[in-house]
Amino acid sequence: MSFIYLSMILILSIFLGFELIRKVPATLHTPLMSGANAVSGITLVGAIVFAGNDNNLWAQVLGTTAVFLAAINVVGGYLVTDRMLSKFKTKEKQNAK
Amino acid sequence: MQNEFIINGVYVLSAVMFILGLKLLSHPSTARKGNLTSATGMLLAIVITLIDQNIIGYEWIAVGLVAGAVVGAVVAKRVEFTSMPELVSLLNGIGGLSSLVVSVAMLVTVEVDLSIVMLLLIAILIGSVTFSGSFIAWSKLSGNLSTIIKGRPMVFKGQAFVNMIIIFAILAFGILLAITPSNPHFLHAFLALSVIFGIMLVIPIGGADMPVVISLLNSYSGLAACGAGLALDNNLLIVAGALVGASGIILTSVMCKAMNRSLSNVLFSGFQTVSTQEMKIEGEVKSISSEDAYYVFEAAQSVLIIPGYGMAVAQAQHAMKELQTLLEENGAEVVYGIHPVAGRMPGHMNVLLAEADVPYELLLEMDEVNPRMESYDLAVVIGANDVVNPAAREMKGSPIYGMPVINADLAKNVFVLKRGMASGFAGIDNPLFFKENTRMVFGDAKDTLNSVIRQFSD
Repeated sequence: MSFIYLSMILILSIFLGFELIRKVPATLHTPLMSGANAVSGITLVGAIVFAGNDNNLWAQVLGTTAVFLAAINVVGGYLVTDRMLSKFKTKEKQNAK
Repeated sequence: MQNEFIINGVYVLSAVMFILGLKLLSHPSTARKGNLTSATGMLLAIVITLIDQNIIGYEWIAVGLVAGAVVGAVVAKRVEFTSMPELVSLLNGIGGLSSLVVSVAMLVTVEVDLSIVMLLLIAILIGSVTFSGSFIAWSKLSGNLSTIIKGRPMVFKGQAFVNMIIIFAILAFGILLAITPSNPHFLHAFLALSVIFGIMLVIPIGGADMPVVISLLNSYSGLAACGAGLALDNNLLIVAGALVGASGIILTSVMCKAMNRSLSNVLFSGFQTVSTQEMKIEGEVKSISSEDAYYVFEAAQSVLIIPGYGMAVAQAQHAMKELQTLLEENGAEVVYGIHPVAGRMPGHMNVLLAEADVPYELLLEMDEVNPRMESYDLAVVIGANDVVNPAAREMKGSPIYGMPVINADLAKNVFVLKRGMASGFAGIDNPLFFKENTRMVFGDAKDTLNSVIRQFSD
């Protein structure tokens, strides 16, 4: 039953994703990708639980590795996206500068 | 139990914030807020996960988090805008790798049912393919591998056969693992084969097809997270992974449409150089010096700039912006026409020009500039080739026939800034260079632009 329920979430999310991303203009496609990279760092929340398991060395080592990797994605992804988006300006804003 | 309830509640909030973040990304003026919203959702999710009851010690988590955050921050601050495609493919790969490692951790440390093992194996497979595929894509983009691989499609005899064997072997070890999940040898073999499969998928793909590959790997990195989420029974991983997966799939299809090719054609055929080109290009190539080009620039009332990957290579975006300002002061209207596959990833040109302070209202899409092409006094093609090739429109039998292109040849005058007469990535001649209204301005695009700029100031 749980699997059916999870599949339901999956399918609805994909449809929602399609609807949302279709509306992103071509000019923002690169920030969209780097932002998506950051979101895919969500694996971090799965990794944290393994890294915090002091009873199992393997879980800890693999978990910590995954935390490290996912943290690069999250922090790097959001920061670089912000850096890019800060450059997208309108004419008025530029003249005001 | 209570903790679990709180965690899941906050996860719902995080998911909503990811969705809102994407929604705000639908316009450049709200996009930055969207990114911040999404980041806040992520922060909430991470913090609330720390109260999970299965967590006993926090030292290792802290070490991983801090180290990763530092690396990520340094990379994000230091990266040059011209290297964005490399960074994005690298981040794709790291995302795939982390999902892969989480799935392996689950497989080797937790006793799970057969259905979960199968989900984990799928997540491991996608994660590995994302990781090794992105690494190859990154090498191709940055030219770190030997020149044999660099930017060129690598195709060898029996490639399809080798791929089939790899797929069967992956399936075989997958089944063995499903029966005995604890066998380390099977797991190693499965991992190795999946990594090799990722490499095999990307090596036959050429530089000009990179926008498709990067988008596809982007989608895979989301799907890997999704797979891990299904196995870990974690709703947030599923939602976030699905959003990323959908984003990658949409970008992939946009890129494929822009090249008039199917995804399987891009992935499996390389770019076949069609030798039977029966088309005859008439006319001769006429070149013009940058000194003479200046007079045309000066007289033009409306100018369309069409950038391509060559502009990124020549780092000509800042010079272009300078010339744009001079042209505007001279009373001309300047806009940019950007083809969806110009550059090495979706939106590559837009980011470069935004960095050079070109306002985003001036960055127009192909469909916006084509209908009024005849009204432009001057179209300037900077480092683009295949995306302005009129053969796509008028020469049946050309390998790119049918591909939507920017119809630069219909403008009153066309300047093509180019190093030499070499053909584009598709390896096809460009009839645009031979048209009556076209003048070639040979040389480095940046030098040419600077030379025109100097004459404006004189």
